[in-house]
Amino acid sequence: MGVEVVVEDLSKSFGRQSIWKDVSLTLPPGEVSVMLGPSGTGKSVFLKTLVGLLKPERGRIVINGTDLVRCSEHKLYEIRKLFGVLFQDGALFGSMNLFDNVAFPLREHTRRSEAEIRRIVLEKMEMVGLVGAERKLPGEISGGMRKRAGLARALVLDPEIILCDEPDSGLDPVRTAYLSQLLIDLNAQIDATILIVTHNITVARTVPDNLGMLFRRELVMFGPREVLLTSEEPVVEQFLNGRRIGPIGMSEEKDEATMAAEIAHRDAGHSDGSPDEDIRGIVPQLEPTPGLPERMGVRRRKDRVMRILHTLPPQAQRGIIESLTRDEQVRYGVFAGAGVGGQGATAVTGTLVQEPVTGPISVVPPQPSPRPRPVPQQEVVRLPDSEWQPQAGQLGEPEQAEQPEPPSAGSRHRRRWLGRGGGA
Amino acid sequence: MSSPTSSFPGAGALRETGRLFALGLDVTRSTIKRPFQLREFIQQSWFIVSVTILPTALVSIPFGAVIALQLGSLTRQIGAQSFTGAASVLAIIQQASPIVTALLIAGAGGSAICADLGSRTIREEIDAMEVLGVSPIQRLVVPRVLAAMLISVLLNGMVSVVGVMGGYFFNVILQDGTPGAYLASFSALAQLPDLWISEIKALIFGFIAGIVAAYRGLNPSGGPKGVGDAVNQAVVITFLLLFFVNTVLSAIYLQVIPAKGS
Ligand SMILES: Nc1ncnc2c1ncn2[C@@H]1O[C@H](COP(=O)(O)OP(=O)(O)OP(=O)(O)O)[C@@H](O)[C@H]1O
Ligand SMILES: [Mg+2]
Repeated sequence: MGVEVVVEDLSKSFGRQSIWKDVSLTLPPGEVSVMLGPSGTGKSVFLKTLVGLLKPERGRIVINGTDLVRCSEHKLYEIRKLFGVLFQDGALFGSMNLFDNVAFPLREHTRRSEAEIRRIVLEKMEMVGLVGAERKLPGEISGGMRKRAGLARALVLDPEIILCDEPDSGLDPVRTAYLSQLLIDLNAQIDATILIVTHNITVARTVPDNLGMLFRRELVMFGPREVLLTSEEPVVEQFLNGRRIGPIGMSEEKDEATMAAEIAHRDAGHSDGSPDEDIRGIVPQLEPTPGLPERMGVRRRKDRVMRILHTLPPQAQRGIIESLTRDEQVRYGVFAGAGVGGQGATAVTGTLVQEPVTGPISVVPPQPSPRPRPVPQQEVVRLPDSEWQPQAGQLGEPEQAEQPEPPSAGSRHRRRWLGRGGGA
Repeated sequence: MSSPTSSFPGAGALRETGRLFALGLDVTRSTIKRPFQLREFIQQSWFIVSVTILPTALVSIPFGAVIALQLGSLTRQIGAQSFTGAASVLAIIQQASPIVTALLIAGAGGSAICADLGSRTIREEIDAMEVLGVSPIQRLVVPRVLAAMLISVLLNGMVSVVGVMGGYFFNVILQDGTPGAYLASFSALAQLPDLWISEIKALIFGFIAGIVAAYRGLNPSGGPKGVGDAVNQAVVITFLLLFFVNTVLSAIYLQVIPAKGS
């Protein structure tokens, strides 16, 4: 299982220029997270800080119980072996051909035979679609190819934490789609914790479990994807829709005058070319290629999110509940159309109900399509946009067992959560 | 990196010096760490030889000649022709050859090392290497510094030989000195420690040139232009350091080792 990365109150500046401050977030183990942010807000700097290449002034980065900011050089090199990092420009070794580049970590850190190295390297090269280019030097290939070779090198040691700095920049939309699929498939196979930095809205909407955004020297938000995708925050709205109207300007800060002028232009009928429709909202998440194991991160995340559901904004709550399958709604004791405003009192319980059929079902107000009985397994499977089908034998697995909510304490918690959940 | 910075005049220079020394220590410590990068070491040695050997030979011949001519006329004026050979050998081996070596190691070898590491740094190759759990100091810097030291010692030997031969040629052929006297006076004034100090100087110069080049290469100030500046600075800083260290070493040597025959 992937490794959890905890970042606490991190601040970084270069000389007098503060890049970002008080950034706190947790990359949950085995989940895919995406960090958005306008150009120059320090996303690359953030990634480099995460692997200890840059020292922050304040804060902690905890991985496996070790604070990366203050540990010894030796320990740092140990921890780095958990990481696979794709740099913004690929950062291939210019003096080696692609094969040697990808083989480099294997040769440095393992005692494998040349034949075995060859097999692994070719497998990774095939994964990123670079078969046939092994003998080329990094100077002789396109930017997108460099990117993909960099990714192959980052993956060759089967890292537990994968950091990608703009995997999509320099790639065409088709390759970007393949790459997104590749990352999700990887996550399904090795359950690595993944953080992707990107400007690509499609990637941000469809790939991650968690979404965050850096802007104006701070972390605007970081949380389950539904929160950012439904956010009313002007920066987020502007960024997701790619408009000029909004707080983000060509330079980092936009002054009042520019903003007023732009709004005046728009009101005068000037089209700024950005689409009128609002593309915010929750879209189905990318799933692993059929045949691969299901992503464990998705299942863990679902439990985690349901536990903090009451703390999320109402639109996000609604989105999350609507995206659950009927069976899951029953299991978590929440129902579509509820969880917002007045109905909240009966909707958001957030408690993991051990036996799906009994319990909250009876107190629930009219549902979109009432079905008071447990759904037969086959029908669940055929539901169109179900992301996770509970399978009989798997509910009792370890992750399930460690759910911290004992049924007896449930009612007390429920009351407290209701109070906050309803008002949120 | 950017700790709370106090700024009194010269603080920057002190900080840089401190980091330079820290790198020197790091490199020394990493030298004994396994695995030793033999391939890189051999490649780098070969590379440095290939860029320095021809200029060194071309510089050392006139250098030997100038010293021989100068000393030849000087000794004739004071009537000590028979010591021309010894004097020029001493001058060449003790002073001229380490300095020529140093200039070439710094100017040709060091600048190449600095440019190479500098461009790797701005292409984020160094970062990538660190993230892959490989120390760039051990992997890249140590072999280069050792190569610079080795080649420096070898070049020093070569400069000495070529310089002495050049001196002989000019003294005997052009100034009508006697071959016998030139050779005989070798052993009258010169002694083995002279050769040792020469080689030790070369070794230290090679180390300094390597460290300074690596330091500037690993810390270029932003962008390809920064690399150019870094190379430039590396060469100038190395020259200054080498002349300073040379003075110190010569002074110590002359104090510690008694001159022959005295
Ligand atoms: N080594 C450095 N020294 C000084 N300033 C730096 C350094 N690296 C980055 N910066 C500054 O940090 C800021 C953020 O840079 P960064 O590369 O992280 O942006 P980014 O968010 O990745 O942008 P993009 O999306 O264009 O890649 C920039 O203003 C840059 O000038
Ligand atoms: Mg960047």
